[in-house]
Amino acid sequence: MKPRRSPGAAVLLLLAVSLLLGGCQRTELLPFRLTNISGHMPALDFQLTDDQGKTVSAADYRGKVVLLYFGYTHCPDVCPLTLAHLHVVMQRLGKLADGARILFVSVDPGRDTPAIMHAYVNAFDPRVVGLTGDPRVIEALVKRYRSAFTREPAGSDGSYEVSHSSAIYIFDRDGNARVLATPSDSQDDLVHDLHLLLGTGTTP
Amino acid sequence: MKLRPLSFLFAGLLLAGGVHATAAEHIRASHAWIRVLPGDLPAGAYVTLENSGNQPAALTGASSTQYADVMLHRSSSEGGMSHMTMVHSLAVPAHGKAVLAPAGYHLMLMKASRPVKPGNTVRLNLTFSDGSTLATDFIARPANAVDDSH
Repeated sequence: MKPRRSPGAAVLLLLAVSLLLGGCQRTELLPFRLTNISGHMPALDFQLTDDQGKTVSAADYRGKVVLLYFGYTHCPDVCPLTLAHLHVVMQRLGKLADGARILFVSVDPGRDTPAIMHAYVNAFDPRVVGLTGDPRVIEALVKRYRSAFTREPAGSDGSYEVSHSSAIYIFDRDGNARVLATPSDSQDDLVHDLHLLLGTGTTP
Repeated sequence: MKLRPLSFLFAGLLLAGGVHATAAEHIRASHAWIRVLPGDLPAGAYVTLENSGNQPAALTGASSTQYADVMLHRSSSEGGMSHMTMVHSLAVPAHGKAVLAPAGYHLMLMKASRPVKPGNTVRLNLTFSDGSTLATDFIARPANAVDDSH
């Protein structure tokens, strides 16, 4: 039998690189398939109301890999599609998915009360948390991730257009921004990168 | 200006006289389903329309006894942003098809008269630009259903 090529050299190289970087930051070099935003987006930070009506902050999700997605419940097409895809991703992760939380932040807090958010997120996956709160706080959070949301009337005939960021921001267990996914990214790539993030880092 | 009711009547008779078949007669609907959301939230409806006729058809919306308000919408994505726009019609080309599917064209169903549950069948009357309608049964599916129609 032919011996397999030793992975030793690659491991040593990775180790050396992580040691070099390890001094100043804890973000390991992981072979992500999605857009790597490590060091390019601010860490997770917010204070909002969850779908149980409880005040929560980013600190409450330390130890979890967080998927941050902005949307609103009166969005019958793209938001449910994205959450349905994330549900499939969670199912594919199996038990590992317990280490992840999907934070669905409403950009329509006027209508999206905690009770409405609760019914909505639970229709998708038990690991989705609905977050709502003060419109100014949400606006600041949207801006923090260079995201956007607009709702404007487009014509005199009563037509209108709603636009919102379609990105899913993924944070590691320490709250550092790591990768960015868009709805056009494949479930395989999401599962792959979440495996990397869930398989590493601190555990609660 | 003098009104000429007779000419209107004449035009009406011509239209009703079967000179042209209606758009709906040539349309076949398939993969009709609704993504049901909790409470009184609007739901998205999807369907594939095939036009066997020699004339293009245009879907303009739908009516239903189940929903007080139905609008034709289009979702699109561009530069990391999702857009949802109200549209007035969707062309179904002659001998071609139009697909209403997640992240694209859809019917937004609002103000349900009674709760719709996954597994229920809801009849929508699809409306075309010539005024003809096509009664189509849509199957209600859960919120986290993933589209399998294409």
